[in-house]
Amino acid sequence: MSIEVSGVNKRYGDFVALEDINLTIPTGQLTALLGPSGGGKTTLLRVIAGLETPDTGSVVIEGKDATSLPVQKRNVGFVFQHYAAFKHLSVAKNVAFGLEIRKRPRAEIQKKVDELLELVHLSQFGNRLPSQLSGGQRQRMALARALAIEPSVLLLDEPFGALDAKVRKELRDWLRRLHDEVHVTTVFVTHDQEEALEVADEIVVVNQGGIEQIGTPEQLYDEPANDFVMSFLGDVTTLGGSLIRPHDVEVTPSPISEHSVEGTVSRVLRIGFEVRLTVLTDDGEVVTAELTRTHARALQLEEGVNVFVTPSPGAYTMRAPSSAA
Amino acid sequence: MAETRRAPRTPLTYVLRLIVIGYLGLLVAWPVTLVAWNAFHLPDVGFTTEAFSAIFSDPQMMAAIRLTCVAAVVATLINLVFGVSISLLLVRTEFPGKRVLSALIDLPLSVSPIVVGLALVLVYGGRDGWFGPTLESAGIQVIFSTPGIIMATAFVSLPLVIREVIPVLEEIGTEQEQAAASLGASSWQTFWRITLPGIKWAVVYGVVLTLARSLGEFGAVKVVSGNVLGQTRTATLAVEEKYLNFDQQGAYAVAFLLASVSVICILIVFVLRARGARVR
Repeated sequence: MSIEVSGVNKRYGDFVALEDINLTIPTGQLTALLGPSGGGKTTLLRVIAGLETPDTGSVVIEGKDATSLPVQKRNVGFVFQHYAAFKHLSVAKNVAFGLEIRKRPRAEIQKKVDELLELVHLSQFGNRLPSQLSGGQRQRMALARALAIEPSVLLLDEPFGALDAKVRKELRDWLRRLHDEVHVTTVFVTHDQEEALEVADEIVVVNQGGIEQIGTPEQLYDEPANDFVMSFLGDVTTLGGSLIRPHDVEVTPSPISEHSVEGTVSRVLRIGFEVRLTVLTDDGEVVTAELTRTHARALQLEEGVNVFVTPSPGAYTMRAPSSAA
Repeated sequence: MAETRRAPRTPLTYVLRLIVIGYLGLLVAWPVTLVAWNAFHLPDVGFTTEAFSAIFSDPQMMAAIRLTCVAAVVATLINLVFGVSISLLLVRTEFPGKRVLSALIDLPLSVSPIVVGLALVLVYGGRDGWFGPTLESAGIQVIFSTPGIIMATAFVSLPLVIREVIPVLEEIGTEQEQAAASLGASSWQTFWRITLPGIKWAVVYGVVLTLARSLGEFGAVKVVSGNVLGQTRTATLAVEEKYLNFDQQGAYAVAFLLASVSVICILIVFVLRARGARVR
């Protein structure tokens, strides 16, 4: 087991950032810490890195108690949201920094830097200053810099948070492929559920200073432990007093089972290839359903049309917490 | 660099420009130019460098200039080391009384230098100072001696490095330093390799301004120096003395030398700022 966090608590004044965190992160995997802003995921990552000291609890990295080790001695690679590029050093010098601190021979540093720049596709940019790179390139440089010290764990704090949507997506795929090549135990923080679902081997959902659930993307999506996880990992709507994903709601012109509920289409919203439908049921529930454009067209859906909504067979549903009241 | 949007030019624009140029001209440019003019010009003789040769051949004047340079350089070095340390302390750490310290740092700018001189005499005065007799018995004379002159100079120019460095330290933030630490750099290595290069230009501006201010210090030095010819008389004190002794051209010549050094300092800052902006 690569990282073991046990009994960690951290407060800032009255604010509880982390409350009794126990977490084991397996070796060689890509783990996401997922949660809303201010939920404590970044604090947890910084505690693992040694950039924050927990009030209580311990952090063990690769079997070694790191709780009292300063960040310099933990041998962790840390990548910051805003790159933290050394502005006055060239790209190659940025990558070489950790090796120069470790006083490695010059030829070895040169070789390692060349390899890493190759790995992050920045070979021809070695002599540039970070200010001459795009955001995505800077973040790749920061990643190469962190990898140069051959860290026992690689920690990334919202690594793609400052990038635009397209570059984000590219870098996300690229990180996944890179991890498959390098196999260093990696933990990254994100508030973007899509990013976590797509990239991570394992997801830890962090909320209000605690861990809500740990599991593979499939487990979390298909069997969320509670309504928070369910609603954080994707859209949810209520149907018949239960939480259900909008794409698990079937819309038909006539009832198809005893669970079918009659209602009227109150809004049709088209987003690219999908159509988002708001249906006002006769029981007074507002149900959201997602259909493909072709499907919606075949049903001739428009506002005011009478339809039946039914949970798809095999759909995961959960008692809505508020509907009990 | 992004193009700045300008307001359209109206008659008011030109009136404002005229006021600003007139103000600076009457208050700064014209008087300073006249100092230079009078240093090189005698009513009966015309252009002459006699006053300068007189200064350079007078050993006591040379001693005064040397003393001014030594005091300015040492005071600048002291303020460089303390300025950078205090800036780091104020920006990077939290401690009780931080705001009080921050306010205290501006004190030398707001207090009259002559008050600074008197205060130093009260503490370090050889006969009845607070701390002076103790030092005197240990063989260290502060007031009426070079250490006192350096202290007075350092006091009045204390905030200049700090006020240049603090905003830059705040702007560059701590992420680069944290990244360096995560890559294994000790705090000392982080300071030399990451923090100092980041604040380099601010430190250079601060040092140049401190040097210029230190060379010209008069009030505080006047009180603590005792004005002993060839020993504790600085260049600014010599200007006053020459002026009062009706050696006006001599006074203008020394004043011109002091002013030129300051102008050169400002030019250096100007060039460095332009260069710094290009590098960034």
